Amino acid sequence: MKVKADYYYSEEHEWVRVEGDLAYIGITDYAQHHLGNTVFVELPENESEFAAGEVIGVIESVKAVADMHTPVSGTVTAINEELEDSPELLNEDPYGHYIAVLKMTNPEELKALMNSEQYAAFCEQQEE
Amino acid sequence: MNYVPNPPWVVQQMLESMGLASVEDLFRDIPEELKLKRELNLAAPLAELELRRELSALAAKNLNVDTYPCFLGAGAYDHYIPAVVEQMLLRSEFYTAYTPYQPEISQGILQAIFEYQTMICNLTGMDVANASVYDGGSALAEACSLACDVTRRKKILVPETVNPRYSEVVRTYALGEKMEVIPVSCQEGVVDAGAIAALIDDQTAAVVIQHPNFYGNLEVELEKIGQAIHAHKSLLVMAVDPISLGILKPPAAWGADIVVGEGQSLGNSLSFGGPYLGFFATTQKLMRKIPGRLVGETVDLDGKRAFVLTLQAREQHIRRERASSNICSNEALCALAATIYLTVVGKQGIKAVAKRCHQLACYAKQQFVKAGFKLKYNQPFFKEFAVAVNDPQAANAALLQAGIIGGYELNDALLFAFTEKRTCAEIDRLVAALGGMERE
Amino acid sequence: MSKLSFEKSVAGASAFSLPRCDIPPEAVTVEIPQNFLREEDPLLPELSEVEVVRHFTELSGRAYGVDNGFYPLGSCTMKYNPKINEWAARLPGFANIHPLQPQDTVQGALQLMYELEEMLCEITGMDSFSLQPAAGAHGEMTGAMIIKAYHNSRQDYKRKKMIVPDSSHGTNPATANMLGFEIVQVKSDERGLVDLADLRSLVNDEIAGLMLTNPNTLGLFEEDIQQIAEIIHAAGGLLYYDGANANAIMGITRPGDMGFDICHLNLHKTFGTPHGGGGPGSGPVGVKSFLADFLPVPVIEKQGSKYILNYNRPLSIGKVHSFYGNFGVAVKAYTYIKALGKTGLKEACENAVLNANYLRTKLTDHYDIPYNRLCKHEFVASARKQKKESGVTALDVAKSLIDRGYHPPTIYFPLIVEEALMIEPTETETKERLDEFVEAMLAIDREARQSPDKIKAAPQQAVIRRVDEARAARRPVLKWSPEK
Repeated sequence: MKVKADYYYSEEHEWVRVEGDLAYIGITDYAQHHLGNTVFVELPENESEFAAGEVIGVIESVKAVADMHTPVSGTVTAINEELEDSPELLNEDPYGHYIAVLKMTNPEELKALMNSEQYAAFCEQQEE
Repeated sequence: MNYVPNPPWVVQQMLESMGLASVEDLFRDIPEELKLKRELNLAAPLAELELRRELSALAAKNLNVDTYPCFLGAGAYDHYIPAVVEQMLLRSEFYTAYTPYQPEISQGILQAIFEYQTMICNLTGMDVANASVYDGGSALAEACSLACDVTRRKKILVPETVNPRYSEVVRTYALGEKMEVIPVSCQEGVVDAGAIAALIDDQTAAVVIQHPNFYGNLEVELEKIGQAIHAHKSLLVMAVDPISLGILKPPAAWGADIVVGEGQSLGNSLSFGGPYLGFFATTQKLMRKIPGRLVGETVDLDGKRAFVLTLQAREQHIRRERASSNICSNEALCALAATIYLTVVGKQGIKAVAKRCHQLACYAKQQFVKAGFKLKYNQPFFKEFAVAVNDPQAANAALLQAGIIGGYELNDALLFAFTEKRTCAEIDRLVAALGGMERE
Repeated sequence: MSKLSFEKSVAGASAFSLPRCDIPPEAVTVEIPQNFLREEDPLLPELSEVEVVRHFTELSGRAYGVDNGFYPLGSCTMKYNPKINEWAARLPGFANIHPLQPQDTVQGALQLMYELEEMLCEITGMDSFSLQPAAGAHGEMTGAMIIKAYHNSRQDYKRKKMIVPDSSHGTNPATANMLGFEIVQVKSDERGLVDLADLRSLVNDEIAGLMLTNPNTLGLFEEDIQQIAEIIHAAGGLLYYDGANANAIMGITRPGDMGFDICHLNLHKTFGTPHGGGGPGSGPVGVKSFLADFLPVPVIEKQGSKYILNYNRPLSIGKVHSFYGNFGVAVKAYTYIKALGKTGLKEACENAVLNANYLRTKLTDHYDIPYNRLCKHEFVASARKQKKESGVTALDVAKSLIDRGYHPPTIYFPLIVEEALMIEPTETETKERLDEFVEAMLAIDREARQSPDKIKAAPQQAVIRRVDEARAARRPVLKWSPEK
């Protein structure tokens, strides 16, 4: 299971990459592995506002469906439309493809998330 | 008659192999006080010959449309079913199979559904059709529910010209409080675009238009109605008669967002109201929200074309409480009958059937008018229209006396349907019998 | 590869003709305004009759039904479908009657429905039945509507929660959601049964009811059903019986006696009507007398020697189907119940349970069976041992069964068992068939250890190999297009 350094992680297996006040949000390698072949990604609407923990998207695989929660609060400034036509990108390179970018309203929330080492341990624990 | 194959000595052998003494031992996990300590209060088992006698006697108590010409429609129609339909349908591989979950041994069924989806799309002009829902009424209710889901609005406008049975099913589904049904009153047997414009607002999820409508009339203001609906970003849900689509403009051309209807007319017998099939078609945009099963084309490991149930993440077995519909079993065999029917009649046949229905209806109108009757509405129709009569119930009783299954009783009229099975001679008899009665 | 009918189409070919038109030529008109007419003919195949027959015969050859062989698809009760039932449903007096004919002209049909309702009441211990729901899930929905209408009639509007077990079929939560209920999941305990402590902790005055199958989806009888009923009733909720597994108790015990207030039955499972490749089913709903007023309209009543349809039921939830449900299916179920009679239904049940336990016992040493004790009509085995040892999954086992001439069991359900293989043999299988199936399952287990790749490559004998489901769902092709 791949884990990327310098990313933040949630217990729901979402990652956050921070650039200034922008949070890039995606799903982790662990998440894509457990979902299996992703076949469809429902993206949030641009400019919509979300509180941390709210559902911003839905990811469908052949045999499962999972909500995508945002680990941080903010306003959507960009969505990854590429995923609409090529949902398999989440399987091929989960850390390379964000789902949405949020302009954070409360960067303090990042502190509640795990770092890569903590997350790697968390995944190991989940597997047991 | 019993269909248990193991004789008692084999049963005993099986029990012994498990270390059990008797069949009762198999039920020792059921608390004693819950057990039924008597035989079921049912009749003794019957042999096949006895079943034949009993069922024949029951069936004989019903008057069927083979012996009495039927002018009843109102949502169920006496169309002709070619012999091929029944013969093919009875192939056990189709009718004793379950849902095609395992594509490798279900390609025949999956392909037939794929052909069915294609046919429904081609008739309606829509992008996507599902593998069927229960019937016309429940198809409409599912359509309204879908409209509320995707628009995140609650109001559904349902005009009086929609089949009252369909409206009632929609109202029942609205018990879930996810939609609010708003009736729209109608004049002259059609929906008035002005009435829709007056009622529609930004909380309106959809407007339902049945076309031809319950009274047989074409919804003459359909174009304007569609514009009003889309101006409010509401959805146009159309309920249509699939036979009419042999000659009528497809719903997609009117801007329909969801198209549903009763598919019974396509090769399924009247069967006292069921099993029928609801067809359900929509746009590419709503594809991933459509209720029920869908078959898609793909390839197998060798790259060979294959068919498979797809977009299953929409459905209850995966989405559970977040599924927008709970449908599981559908009307697959009825949809297969429709597929075979449409393959038999083909491109020319569907047109010919539709045309003949309409021409017979036109002929009937001429004869009614000649005999001094008035049509209840002065609107263009497809295969049904209402004839004003003083006492519809008495009129129907008189028709029955004359060996005719009459029309659907409205307040002051009888709604008659004309399928390609009717003949001019039968229509003449209908008009004469009704004329004789009304003059009395 | 089998061509689509569209691809076999030959312009001008036809399998159909109308009778000669007897309308006098001067009276033939089309009175439809031009802008309402189609501009182009709908694209449908054009084939001769023999080609149509060959097409569908060919397709039927690429399908598999109970008549082809053993079909142990758990929770679906794929028992033999007696042929006399098909004959009965096709009698002109049943098949060719219009649902809106005067009631005097359909007395036989109404009598059949009335009597079937009475028989279903006797079998389930309920007081009234409606045949209107067209399938099991439709019956569940009707039942959930009745629960809602009942609480509403008592102005008890706070009851917005529906409890379902974590082992439940997806239709239970999906149905409750359609009715606007919030879903509360109750856990299964180590026995595989409803966890009573958890249930107690979940009930309060917001609970509308509990939806339960008994035996449950693991094939186990909920032994604590009386306590469960007490807990739910004490909290003011209603108990709903999902009849998917009624074949396991028919003639032995009855939902009505267990404390259930509402139930549905699947005529296409329990009463031997064919599944038709996915439907039609029929899901009649039965209730205790205090809920009878809420049943869908119309109800069939007997007045003297006459049967009538009564629409005047102010408390009714309304209609869930355009007419009276799947009458044709009801005819088949009626014929079936008449054939088996008071002794046969129980025998069917006993043999279904016998066959399931026989298979369970025979497979015990070779497949993991997580809740391995006396089961009812079905049991859930697991391929987790095989998966761990050789990477062979439940899916692989299923595909290998196809190569050996079987329809696979239900896989990956219920969700609480990993690598689940849910096996329901039904009563209409002989011991010989069961023994052969056991042989096949043991052979798969052996082969999984010796040459797992062979199992993972199955099926090899079917008309196609495994399909690319991801491709189907990523770029959906849901209809045939001519330009391809």
